Amino acid sequence: MTPDGKRFVARVLVYPRAEVLDPQGRAIEGALERIGFDGVQRIRAGKSFEVALRAASSTEASEAVDRMCRQLLANPIVEDYSVEWIRA
Amino acid sequence: MDPGVKCGIVVFPGSNCDHDVYHVLGHVLEQETVFLWHQKTSLDGCELIVLPGGFSYGDYLRAGSMAAHSPIMAAVRRHAEAGGRVLGICNGFQMLLEAGLLPGAMRRNRDLRFLSVDVHLRVERDDLVYCSGYRRGEVLRMPIAHAEGNYVDTDEALDDLEQSGQVVFRYVDSEGNLATGANLNGSKRSIAGVCSAEGNVLGLMPHPERCAEDLLGNGDGLALLAGAVQAGGGAELTAAVAG
Repeated sequence: MTPDGKRFVARVLVYPRAEVLDPQGRAIEGALERIGFDGVQRIRAGKSFEVALRAASSTEASEAVDRMCRQLLANPIVEDYSVEWIRA
Repeated sequence: MDPGVKCGIVVFPGSNCDHDVYHVLGHVLEQETVFLWHQKTSLDGCELIVLPGGFSYGDYLRAGSMAAHSPIMAAVRRHAEAGGRVLGICNGFQMLLEAGLLPGAMRRNRDLRFLSVDVHLRVERDDLVYCSGYRRGEVLRMPIAHAEGNYVDTDEALDDLEQSGQVVFRYVDSEGNLATGANLNGSKRSIAGVCSAEGNVLGLMPHPERCAEDLLGNGDGLALLAGAVQAGGGAELTAAVAG
């Protein structure tokens, strides 16, 4: 990462992988049903992170965020992540 | 008491079973035992490294994930890779998973509740130093106390784990049988503890240090810690695993 590069802001979304049981999502589904929302088919409970960073280029920023996700923000065994750019 | 090994208990902000382990290793088993602050970068010559239970870093992000990247973990990794003994209990097991020193991951317990209760475990390996005081198939009683102990991995990875004999403990009923009701946290294949391929790194969710004295009502965990401090280096470990 280049400290004096351009400023980028990413939003990282982390969700339990589709094939992994998401007990929190299931509990929220149950609660929504109990308070009268019949049409809810599925809830997935995840996390969101806003990452502000400096990098020389958008490619470098994107690679850095990807590494952050794989090494710390998400656990690839049980979670999938996606990245949206708020400031690219 | 045999000469044993020097024991190091890593202390993270939020560790809360560090003193319990110290009591068993240092006082009950009379081993030379020291605390190792997580900011250290050396293990001070310790041969057995224990990552204790607790709520390191307040369980921020995922249980064990912050601790897995703390300064001392590089030294713990080198120790493990060189065949040294590393025992992770509860939060320490979660750290070993997050650090990639053991395979798999933890999710919230199936019913989302923190579970603090005694469970029954079946010993699946008795050829590891840690299990040298147990017999294969033996049923132990140990307490669990965790919110994220629901062990998971892909089916292929779990098949590999079983084939390589890395499942060391499973949750069972008091008769030693697998049962959904005995697998309270919902772990895949009732897995309660796993070891590395070489058998020198062991992680388990139950707390052997909390059941290591008959005076306190249950001594089932003592043999695990007594096994962990047996003298003998990598050669013995390798022989034990090969056997």
